[in-house]
Amino acid sequence: MGRYILRRLLSAIPVLIGISVIVFAIMAMIPGDPATAILGSYATPENVAELNRDLGLDQPLVQRYFIWLGNLVQGDLGRSFNLNRPVLDEVLERFNATLILAGTAFILCSFLGIAAGVISAARQYGFADKAITFAVLLGISIPSFFLGMMMILIFAVNLRWFPVSGMWPIYGTRDIWALIDHLTMPALALAVVATGVIARLSRSAMLEVLRQDFIRTARAKGVRERGIIWRHALRAAMVSIIPVLGIQAGFVLSGAVYIERVFQWPGIGQMLVDAILRRDILLVQGGVVFVAACYVLFNIIVDVAQSLLDPRIKT
Amino acid sequence: MMAFLKLLARNQLALAGLIVMGLVVLLAVLTPILPLADPDVTNTPARFTPPFSEGALLGTDHLGRDLLSRLMWGTRLSLAVGFAAAFIAATIGAAIGIISGYYGGRTDNIIMRFVDVLMAFPYILLALAIVAALGPGLMNALIAVAAVNIPFFARNIRGITVGIAHKEFVDAARLAGLSDAKIILTEILPNVLPVIVIAMSTTVGWMILETAGLSFLGLGSQPPQADLGSMLGEARSALITNPHTSLVPGVMILIIVMAINLLGDGVRDALDPRLKSGALSRPLPATLVARDRQPGETADGTALLQLSQLETQFHIGPRIYRAVGGVDLQIQPGECLGLIGESGSGKSVTALSIMGLVASPPGKITGGSVYYRGEELVGAPYELLRSLRGRKVAYIFQDPLASLHPLYTVGDQLIEAVRVHRNVPKAEARAHAIELLKSVRIPNAEDRVDNYPHEMSGGMRQRVGIAMALANDPDVIIADEPTTALDVTVQAQILTLLDDLRRDRGVVILFITHDFGVVAQLCDRVAVMYAGRIVEQGTTDEILASPAHPYTRRLMACVPELGGGRRRLEAIPGLPPVVDKLPAGCAFADRCDKVRAACREGNITLDEIGATRRVRCIAPEIEEVPA
Repeated sequence: MGRYILRRLLSAIPVLIGISVIVFAIMAMIPGDPATAILGSYATPENVAELNRDLGLDQPLVQRYFIWLGNLVQGDLGRSFNLNRPVLDEVLERFNATLILAGTAFILCSFLGIAAGVISAARQYGFADKAITFAVLLGISIPSFFLGMMMILIFAVNLRWFPVSGMWPIYGTRDIWALIDHLTMPALALAVVATGVIARLSRSAMLEVLRQDFIRTARAKGVRERGIIWRHALRAAMVSIIPVLGIQAGFVLSGAVYIERVFQWPGIGQMLVDAILRRDILLVQGGVVFVAACYVLFNIIVDVAQSLLDPRIKT
Repeated sequence: MMAFLKLLARNQLALAGLIVMGLVVLLAVLTPILPLADPDVTNTPARFTPPFSEGALLGTDHLGRDLLSRLMWGTRLSLAVGFAAAFIAATIGAAIGIISGYYGGRTDNIIMRFVDVLMAFPYILLALAIVAALGPGLMNALIAVAAVNIPFFARNIRGITVGIAHKEFVDAARLAGLSDAKIILTEILPNVLPVIVIAMSTTVGWMILETAGLSFLGLGSQPPQADLGSMLGEARSALITNPHTSLVPGVMILIIVMAINLLGDGVRDALDPRLKSGALSRPLPATLVARDRQPGETADGTALLQLSQLETQFHIGPRIYRAVGGVDLQIQPGECLGLIGESGSGKSVTALSIMGLVASPPGKITGGSVYYRGEELVGAPYELLRSLRGRKVAYIFQDPLASLHPLYTVGDQLIEAVRVHRNVPKAEARAHAIELLKSVRIPNAEDRVDNYPHEMSGGMRQRVGIAMALANDPDVIIADEPTTALDVTVQAQILTLLDDLRRDRGVVILFITHDFGVVAQLCDRVAVMYAGRIVEQGTTDEILASPAHPYTRRLMACVPELGGGRRRLEAIPGLPPVVDKLPAGCAFADRCDKVRAACREGNITLDEIGATRRVRCIAPEIEEVPA
């Protein structure tokens, strides 16, 4: 197992290099002088020249890439000129908030989605199946940002169950209950679409598995229906559900950008949007590379989980 | 294509989606000629007019602009941008995919590695990076969304192209001296075009949503121009005071995306042939029972297991397949009964019907009875059936790889078989599992118990299957072609094992097979099945010595004897009848060389032709009935 994890980590290196190349290339597409773009149009020529020298921006593109990559590997993502602090510090702080939001949503959508899919398959064509199928269709069709706004209107403004926005109360203690209070609505809004997708997939994976011979064998043994569904069928269906969880994690992370906007959640999505509008290029660059790398690592975890679940995968 | 459209039209939800989408598109197209207010004229005194007011059907926004007009123009813009993004992504993606798939080799390798890296990004990060580089704006948002979706198309189309690039007609074109460009345009493209169109139709909703999302964030369309996303984004600040300004664009996005999703689901269902036959139904815990007749005759006191006029059908669409059409069987204690017939004769369905294991839907027990020790099993409560399964009546199935759970060790599966019926501690059950493995002569049982099925050979797996059947010392074992999937030498070992077990434990075996050699080795009596009915029944010796039904005779001629078959292997000409339209009279008539007119009339009964023999034939191949 240890060797398998090592091999997967090594195989991620080319992907990470590819990601760095693509991000660098996209940022290099910015027309005009990069230093002007970073400093904004009010910068003095002296400032621009100084920055160009500091960042090695007066050198050819390929060399610039390697300088940037070298700094990147050492954890130096540059400095945000708007915030006047190291990009890495800002990214880490913001990513922490996103991780709380997206992580909660991911756990929610995994459990709810799989449970809904399993129940739907077990009660195929029954009332529960039809109700779940309809809810899923609605869930995957509603834009998460619109859903979030409607949730604020209903549950925060009218019913006053939850605070309207933000991660922490403005006054008062920052304890876990305050966090849960603020987290519930955005995490739910973020989880809805992925829950629908996972429920759909789990349902069809379960239906596929329930027709297999080994299910008939389990029934012939006299295994109770609950054991058939949750122990035999779900275990086998997980093999095709797990990779989709990995893909959905990417969608949850993406959706977080909208949800953070709707709920004023101080996450990395908000940071990126603000950085784009303020032309804070180094912050965008650093944020994108950091999150993409985290996502690649997350997918390695998914693969390892898959190999733990399926003994037929050669480790 | 017509069949596809028909299928799509039959799906009412998809049709509803198509109609809604058609209406939205029509309205968007007609927007410029409709009598609408100017969407960009501000009228601050009339800001936030509620819906259904005079002169503003949907009210006005924070600048007093007419929301209905803005909605129509915004919808038009969102649709246009979404379709354009889908079209660009499909065109470029398909071009990359076709080149990659057509040329293969290093070109393919480099392109696909690049595509892999692009797909390693959470999609929005890439879109944000592109917008960051190009600057906010609707056109740039369009480019970003299209670019992010190119890898998806490239990968899909490449897969299809690889399949086509080595077909005969492409080789023929190459031999004819056509250039690569010409082959791609005239041979490859027409074949991948339907796939491109379908992939586009299923992703366009997604693209509309994504461009709306970027506009919502303020990175897409810039004021005063507004698509649905930026309308929603602008309305967000007035969400609490004037929710109607948010509701109007939000509901429109919801309607569009849902309509496209419904349509996409319909397209997918129409393309997936498995869904048509209802094959994706899950089997119920026990076979459905819908007996339109009274149960069969009452139990015979002496039989351990008795089937009486058992009928099992498969209802698939309008068709009814009569897989088992009135089967009578009795198995006495200590006996081994062989049930023999070709594939499709209904022998396996008969065996599975006993414990209600026929997949249902589509299977259904439509008549007759099954008695275990005089107790009716057809229509019995599920809990009774379940408590007998594996405890009193156990099964051994044909393919030991498919019928063992691939993700649990054989030990866990044996332990479960024990603990389902007996409340014993896990350690004790494990010890018992090892005993069971030893009793089926698996070497190193203590180690093997922790193996997964895929780590064992076919013969070993089937031994596990037998061990599992023995787990609770059942009275009856139903073995459904347990040796068919195995090598000949392994077959012989398994048969010897079963024979020993039956002698040692006195367990009754119902042995399903298509092989007379197996029957000869193991069974006391034989029942021959054809087209869902027993056509001949008797002791093994009698039937082997003088088969009475022409079908039995032909079936025996088909099968070489195990070990020393020197007879010519003779196939029976023709095929068994399709059991959804059985002919009147004898079902074998069409393949029988002794057929006469009377064979095709009425119902031919299973007549006694001796103390232990019965045959369903008006001219049995037996001269003198033994006394």
